[in-house]
Amino acid sequence: MSNSVEEMKSTGPSLVYRFQRTIEGVIPHLVLLGYAAIVMFPIIMIVVNSFKNRKAIFGMPFQWPTPETFSLIGYETVIERSTFHLYFLNSIIVTLVALALTLLIGSMAAFALAEYQFPGNALLGLYLAIGIMIPIRLGTVGILNLMVQFKLVNTLTGLILIYIAQALPLTIFILSQFFRQVPKDLKDAARIDGASEYRIFNLVLPLVRPALGAIGIFTMIPIWNDLWFPLVISPSSKTATVTLGVQQFLGQFVSDWNAVLSSLTMAMVPILIIYLIFSRQMISSITEGAIK
Amino acid sequence: MRDKSSRKPFPLHIIVFLAPSVIIYTLFMVFPLLDSLRLSFMTVSELNTEVFAGLQNYFTLLTDEIYAPRFWGALKNNLVFFLIHMVVQNSIGLLLAALLASGIKGSWVYRTVLFMPTVLSVVIIGFIWQLILNPLWGVAESILQAVGLEQLFKPWLGLPEYALITVSLISVWQFVGIPMILFFAALIGIPDELMEAARVDGASGWQTFWRIKFPLILPTVGIVAILTFVGNFNAFDLIYTMKGANAGPDFSTDIMGTLFYRTFFGQQLQLGNPTMGATVAAMMFVIILTGVLIYTFLWQRRIQTVEM
Repeated sequence: MSNSVEEMKSTGPSLVYRFQRTIEGVIPHLVLLGYAAIVMFPIIMIVVNSFKNRKAIFGMPFQWPTPETFSLIGYETVIERSTFHLYFLNSIIVTLVALALTLLIGSMAAFALAEYQFPGNALLGLYLAIGIMIPIRLGTVGILNLMVQFKLVNTLTGLILIYIAQALPLTIFILSQFFRQVPKDLKDAARIDGASEYRIFNLVLPLVRPALGAIGIFTMIPIWNDLWFPLVISPSSKTATVTLGVQQFLGQFVSDWNAVLSSLTMAMVPILIIYLIFSRQMISSITEGAIK
Repeated sequence: MRDKSSRKPFPLHIIVFLAPSVIIYTLFMVFPLLDSLRLSFMTVSELNTEVFAGLQNYFTLLTDEIYAPRFWGALKNNLVFFLIHMVVQNSIGLLLAALLASGIKGSWVYRTVLFMPTVLSVVIIGFIWQLILNPLWGVAESILQAVGLEQLFKPWLGLPEYALITVSLISVWQFVGIPMILFFAALIGIPDELMEAARVDGASGWQTFWRIKFPLILPTVGIVAILTFVGNFNAFDLIYTMKGANAGPDFSTDIMGTLFYRTFFGQQLQLGNPTMGATVAAMMFVIILTGVLIYTFLWQRRIQTVEM
């Protein structure tokens, strides 16, 4: 085996071979750079043009803003004419509360499924897992009826409850696998010391923290970005989330290009900043098998 | 410990741990889903009470001269939408993943950039592309002009024969990061020894990929396929944002999600109909469930026997 490796190495220095290697090394970069350009281009176009006046947006869309073409008129319109701050607040409340409650009650249920042998354990696990593959949207007619009965139409509470139900199946499924890996000795030692089962849960919870982080990020994104349930359950302007707010604002101001570009930038940039901060954790949580 | 607790009556702490999740999940997910299925067999009478209608709603949806063309049209469009994702999105995802997993420099930066559109809301993506493709702004046209292809430019989103493909490709553009990252995770999980052996045998990169790596990541291919299927047959936001509830032009971008919304809430000329809406949702449920069952029982089982 080592022989053939030596042989391959010895053919290395030939000029043709080296040329071939260089080409082979460059092509992947060209493909990736090309695709990265396709990804970045539309986003950059929107952000850059949002800082220009109307004339420059149409006259020279591909140029960076200059002192003459720089304008914040779009942002002024958005801030004056819409209630973006309220939409942001609604989104933050809905996302954070739904996320916190999902992680809390989801980890409790996952712990119970992983820790205790009780009749129906496997069946309950399966029951809770159905929601991983069946989208909650399909129950919209029933959900709306329920929300009407509970007087939760046009409330953030209604949205939060739906998003918890939506996020629980995957959360429980993944976390119970993590709880199963926690060493038994630790829990048994605590039990001998007379710790209650609630105390043991508190003890074990920090051990699955990496999984909580990954699930947290992947639960947050679909909630923040959802259009369907805000549109169906709470479309009032007081309870609109950013996603719905942007959708409605853009519908009204569709011909005001400054406002359209600015509102898109305002809706996009916070998420992109959060993404860039957490992207390493987020992507490595998938690639390292935290989520599988 | 375990033996002791199972002899006692059902331990309270297990109930405390499980109850909140089970209650919320049952009340807001399982019950509404079953309630929707129930409603699909009902109709609302003139006295505003629900009356059992058997399969009448399904019959109406599949054969009525107003409903049926919309249903079959949406189903066909949704299939096209799905096939474009399977072919374009998942092949690009696989290609990018293969390049990223080859030990290329800067892999980390590429991954971050390529995954970026996936975290943005579909509403934002929809509007961004509407602007880029807008003939008024002319950005897309200018780019085609720069490479000498300006005669190819058309107001794609406004033409019935192009709109569905355009919208599908925009969705592909947004979500390519998901298959990319899943394939990438699978590819870097392949043990190095296997690759070393192939390299020593003198197999080319292309050969080792298709003969060794690809068969090893078949389970991920299945996961990507079923995720694409479920996501596509449940899609709504992009079409609603770009083309409205009527999924124009001339219903050419109408998919199951937009049909469901229109049927349930109504549109300009037609009143909303909850029981017919529930029937559309039930059809979506049947389609998605069929896909999931095929995946679970045919694909996964087959993969297992191949691996053995």
